[in-house]
Amino acid sequence: MKKILFSPWTKRGLFAVCLIPALLLVWRGFMGNLSANPIEFIEHKTGDWALRFLLITLAVTPLRKIFEQPLLTRFRRMLGLFAFFYVCAHLLMYLIFDQMFSPSGIYADVLKRPYITVGTAGFLMLVPLAVTSTAAMVRRLGPKRWQLLHRLVYFCALAGVIHYYWLVKSDVREPLMYGGILTLLMLFRVRMWLQKGTKSKPQPAGVSV
Amino acid sequence: MLIRKPADLRYSDVTPKNVYVNRRRFLAAGSAIVGAWALPTPAGATMKLNNVVKSTYKVDEKITPKEDITSYNNYYEFGTGKDEPSRYANTLRPSPWQVQVGGMVDKPKTYDLDSVMKIAPLEERIYRHRCVEAWSIVVPWIGFPLAALLKDVEPNSKAKYVAFQTLYDPKQMPLGNRAGIELPYVEGLRLDEAMHPLALLSVGLYGETLPNQNGAPIRLVVPWKYGFKSIKSIVKITLTDKQPPTTWNITNAREYGFYSNVNPTVDHPRWSQASERRLGELFKKKTMMFNGYPEVAGLYSGMDLRKNY
Repeated sequence: MKKILFSPWTKRGLFAVCLIPALLLVWRGFMGNLSANPIEFIEHKTGDWALRFLLITLAVTPLRKIFEQPLLTRFRRMLGLFAFFYVCAHLLMYLIFDQMFSPSGIYADVLKRPYITVGTAGFLMLVPLAVTSTAAMVRRLGPKRWQLLHRLVYFCALAGVIHYYWLVKSDVREPLMYGGILTLLMLFRVRMWLQKGTKSKPQPAGVSV
Repeated sequence: MLIRKPADLRYSDVTPKNVYVNRRRFLAAGSAIVGAWALPTPAGATMKLNNVVKSTYKVDEKITPKEDITSYNNYYEFGTGKDEPSRYANTLRPSPWQVQVGGMVDKPKTYDLDSVMKIAPLEERIYRHRCVEAWSIVVPWIGFPLAALLKDVEPNSKAKYVAFQTLYDPKQMPLGNRAGIELPYVEGLRLDEAMHPLALLSVGLYGETLPNQNGAPIRLVVPWKYGFKSIKSIVKITLTDKQPPTTWNITNAREYGFYSNVNPTVDHPRWSQASERRLGELFKKKTMMFNGYPEVAGLYSGMDLRKNY
């Protein structure tokens, strides 16, 4: 198991897997199979995957503890960056096709539409995390400050769930499901923190790579 | 008063689509091995409508492809995803069908589909259709004015509103229990709105009977209002003196009012209504007041449309 987790091919394979949703969209585009409303379709799919990757990223630590596989951390940064990648695609679709880069339109939306406000906040919180995801940045910030900063990811995920919940008209099952998963992942952390108390040493992501 | 002779058309007379499609396919196939009998009969087959008069009610815009109109639907009884009604509405049985019309009328009636078709000549009208979710389509509807049906039952002097109800049969609509809205779906219009010549009872689109996902066998089309007012698969129409409850208003009164006229200056609390995406176009276009039907403005003179959203 350790060997597999250490293999560079595992990481490359995972990278390819994470790209599948994006490639599938491109493929559907070529096949003219993006529904009657392609813009909305791509917006929804990239939004779905951004939120899923955020939750998958947040699942790494619990899985690592439960299965006692510290090497799983090797994949966390990549998963997080994929969340950022899908968020960027999602946001770009909105900026280009919904707003045509109109500053006044975007400004009004961010101020007046709570789901857009919270979505924007989620994106803005994710930016510093992507920027400081390199090993060099971990060293520069120091593990303690780095980890403190990266706790923002909890709020990013929460923003993502709320963004989705506030968007739907009546059928809230899917956003609630994501909310439930996030709650479980957070409960695991609360338990972890309670058990460890203050003796825990921060474990930055990049260093084990 | 103009009295027109009802069309000599019975719903049961129309040619089932699979018959004429298969005939064409059969002719085209020539000696091909796959004959008409090998093709499965689609459960929600539509049928060709004959004797349809082209109406002058038409917009000079590109008609949305049939494929889009019939695969991108809001019909929560068959799932809340846009693609779900076209996949799951085949459990709806649009025939036999009855529409019960009563309440404050002098001649309450129950129509079967054949008698519905005799109320007035069928006409094709090309209308804009604007969803509250800020997308829109242009549809070649087939139907007749709602006013013709109302005149047929003779509303009495107390009648001020018209209430509509969609079928709710959990057997035909097994996904209804997760719609997140109270069922049966109900809608309503003020009587003068209902009598407006633009208000249409539709029985078809693109030359054929309505596909199930579009509200077979009979639905309302009110082109100057958001799409959810145009209630589908109607089983009951009741004239009343009180403003009837409407489904989306029951679900969320702050977001969906009784009137729900298309209005680019009054936003939905959660999103802008200033623009819309016409299916098939990449960029959004400006939404028009009353969806580009200014002739209805008189119905609302003196009303604060910001309050009566």
